[in-house]
Formats: sequence, C-alpha cells, structure tokens
Amino acid sequence: MTKKRYERPVISKHYSGLMNKYGGRQMTPPKTHLDGIAVKELTEKFGSPLFVMSEKQIRNNQQNANRIFKNRYPKVQFAWSYKTNYLDAVCSVFHQENSWAEVVSSFEYEKAKKLGVKGEHIIFNGPDKSSEALLHAIKDTAKIHIDHFDELYEIKKITETEKLKAKVAIRINMDVGVYPKWDRFGFNLENGEAWQAIQRIASNKNLQLIGLHSHIGTYMMSAEAYRLAAQKLSLLAKSIKTDLGIAIEYLDLGGGFASHNTLLGQYLPAEQIVPTFEQFADAIASGIFSASFKTEELPLLILETGRALVDDAGFLLSTVLANKRLADQRRAIIIDAGVNILFTSFWYKHKITPAQESGMHSEDVTLYGPLCMNIDCVRESIVLPPLNKGDRLVIEYVGAYDMTQWMQFIQMRPNVVMIMEDGTVELIRKSENLEYLLDREILPVKFKKSSKQSKTKH
Amino acid sequence: MTNYHLQENLAVSDSGFLFHASTGETFTVNETGKTIIKLLQQKKEKDEIFSQLVNEFDIEAGLLEKDYEDFINQLKNFSLIEVK
Repeated sequence: MTKKRYERPVISKHYSGLMNKYGGRQMTPPKTHLDGIAVKELTEKFGSPLFVMSEKQIRNNQQNANRIFKNRYPKVQFAWSYKTNYLDAVCSVFHQENSWAEVVSSFEYEKAKKLGVKGEHIIFNGPDKSSEALLHAIKDTAKIHIDHFDELYEIKKITETEKLKAKVAIRINMDVGVYPKWDRFGFNLENGEAWQAIQRIASNKNLQLIGLHSHIGTYMMSAEAYRLAAQKLSLLAKSIKTDLGIAIEYLDLGGGFASHNTLLGQYLPAEQIVPTFEQFADAIASGIFSASFKTEELPLLILETGRALVDDAGFLLSTVLANKRLADQRRAIIIDAGVNILFTSFWYKHKITPAQESGMHSEDVTLYGPLCMNIDCVRESIVLPPLNKGDRLVIEYVGAYDMTQWMQFIQMRPNVVMIMEDGTVELIRKSENLEYLLDREILPVKFKKSSKQSKTKH
Repeated sequence: MTNYHLQENLAVSDSGFLFHASTGETFTVNETGKTIIKLLQQKKEKDEIFSQLVNEFDIEAGLLEKDYEDFINQLKNFSLIEVK
C-alpha cells in the first residue's frame, strides 16, 4: 500500500461574522517546473537560492512589445534599460531582438560597447557623466541626453577643445498630471528652462540637437499621462522646427510602464489594474499624432521600457530553512532568500508559489529571509500551505532590479542561470564566495598575523 | 502517560471539519491533523500515535516529534486540550 503524502499537522479556527476579504485559499497549482525544467533539478545542480531567467519569456515580451507599438506607430525603436538588469546574457537577448542600449553610467556604457552595441545605438542618460565618459560618447556618436546645464557646458567645452561635434538630446520634465511629479531630472518644460537649453544648443555649431526625452515616472498606472507627455514633446518638437529650423529626429518617451507585480498595500492584483502595453501604445501614438506632423516628418519613437519587459522573465528559487511560531502563535517561515537579494520585496507583494504538491489546507505565515537582521522580512503576511524544511518556493516577477540592486550582506549573491529557448540551462553569473569578497579588501601590513609590527605595545 | 487530554464533545468529519460542541467553535484540520485528533480521541499514547502516522504517511518517526509538539501547542492555544 502506498503511503499518504505527509504534511505538517495544521489546525485553523473559523471566525464567523467577520468580513473576509481574502475569500478561500487561492488554489494555485504548485510551480514545479520553469520552462519545462524541474525546480528541484535546478536547485540541486545550481544551489539555493537561485535566480533563473527565461530567454523565451524575454523574447516573447520584446517581440510582443515591438508588435503592439509598430501596429500603432510607424517608426519605433526600443532601447534596453541597462539598470533594470545588466547581466550580459540578459542584455544580449534584448540586443538580438534589435533593442539598442540605454545606459546611465560609465560602466553600463562600457558593458554595452563590450557586447558589440554601436555607439550610435547607445542612449547615454543620467545625471552623472564624467568628462571622460562624455568624450568617449561624443567620439562614438552616442546619443547623449543632457540632464542639466553643467553637463551642457561640459559637452560644449569638450567639443571646442577636441574639435568634435556631439549629437545630443535633452531630458525634459513636465507636468503630466501624475503625483509625484518628477522634476529632478532634466529641464522643466513649463517654466521655460527646457526652451533655454534648446536655444543654447541650437546656437552652438558643435552641438546637434537630435532628440527630446522624457521619463515621467516609474511603475506608472496611468496610460493617459503618456499621452500628455507624448503630446507635449511633439508640440515642442514642432516649435523647434518652426522657430529654430531644427528637425527633431526622435522622441524618447523613456520607460516606467508598470509590470504585473502587485505593490504592497495595493488591494487588487496588478493584472487587473495595470494598463496593458496596448493602452500605453495607444496613448503614446495618439499623443504624437495629435501634433499633426507631416507623415515624412514623423519622429522616431524611442522607448526605454525595462521593468515591464523583464520582470516576469525572472524567478527566484528559495528553500525553507525552518518553521517557527511567533509570540502571538502566528506561523513564521524562514527561507534562504533574504531582502539583500530580493530588494523589491520592500515594495512588491511578489507571487510566491510552492514548488511541490501540497494539500488543501493553508495558513497565514510571515516569510523571513536568512539574515540576522530585523529588516529581513520578505513578506509580512502570505497564505501558504504547510511547508517543511527543505521545501522549495518559487518567487515570481523578480527579473527587474533585483539582480542590479542586490547586495552582498551577511549572505553572498547566488548563482544566476538562464533557461535557454532550446531547454538547456546556462550559468550566467557565478555565486560569490569569500575569495571574491576578499579580493577587493586590503589588510594593512601591521594587522597581518605574520608581521612583527603587529606586536604593538598596549 | 500523557499529561494532557483532548476536550470532550469534539466531532471531526472525514473532510477535516472540527466542531467543538461545548463552545460552538469550528475549525479545519488537514489530513495529518485529523488523524492525530482521532487518535487522541481514542486516548492513544504519543508512541502509538507516532507509529500509526509512520504506517499511514510517508514520514520517518524521527521527524515527527517537532511537528507533533507544534500541533499540540496549536490545540492548547485554541483550548482544545486540557493540560493536567
């Protein structure tokens, strides 16, 4: 006789008369496989915790986004937002799908070049661009998006000294009816600062103004804001043509589309309230069309979508380390993935699914990470079936920012693998170890055990 | 001898619905929990409960102790067992 599957004994009390906004248990089936590969097999081979990227999902997302935007606007170019996930393998998939690179630091710029991205296909954003980095970018004919006047004058100086010409765009911030209003990046449209910058660029023979850029926010839940931004940029481009005789080649609407991760404190699941790609595309295209460009003068539309293209292509596999009860009898589960590698748990309610079969019963638990720090709480409250030590969980929607904002703190950063389209699994970033950590440290000689100088008088 | 006793007037259905007739409270228990409660109602000792669980479920006796004690604590918390 085969034995029944063992599950930790659990009892839960029914409370009648209380509002129960959660309803019954969500009977989500276990996520035993990712792209056909068993979770168990992945953690046995590559350890736990483990980040897993899906090549197939990234390609699907990018192809889908291309199709949706190109159906609505004739000239569209995506530029992969490096800061969202700058693992070489991930960037390479986007570049193979014809995305340019959008970088915000020198090292991201160098990374893009090493991956073979041509200078003219690199968009260099951000408030921190050193003189050296600017010189490189100017020589490479990269698209430099100016953030502030000091940068504008720096570029002017470099082009004069080096006798070079630079292709530039300016970043513009504006009121599109969303809160918080992002005004720390770029030049403000409404107070005339943007126009001042444009005039200064236009009056300089070494600078060629080729584009206008805006990035209205992050995790935007309103497509309408993009319509306004697109419309305002388009009207500005037309004024530039009329008043200064400069044809703007492209409008860069930046990124900020929300992914399907649900925010902490958000009542409805993100899938139900976040605008679709179609809605964002409709809004942007109609915003540009409303400015009545002549067909041949329609600018190229650049998008720097990050999060919405990669979040659902990343998974974090984690293992239960221990079960315990808190003072008020609530169940707590300690898992081996902490907030140091799951930074986004500070603002998202990630979808977390067991990787093995479980019974019908479930309980409300607090999920803690492995760090000996009070902040290491992956989720204050989540309904999960009883889990045993060694059971695995799949944390979904972690492709964006977790692999760039992660840190080595108490625990090292783990392996990252990519499941390839052909079903093979490749290690794309090795886990860190003590050797890696110590490689950057320098112990002064007098502290070294073997040194005579360490014997100081006390 | 166990020093705790399951409350009288407890009825547990096959589906794991637990009714405490004295207080009117209702609970849900999972398969393992239901088995333990039924054995406690039969006044079985811990050792007997363990061997029954090992026979019935895919688990080693050595791993049961922790979960069993935790379950007993949950029952105490809901005042379903009396400590003598």
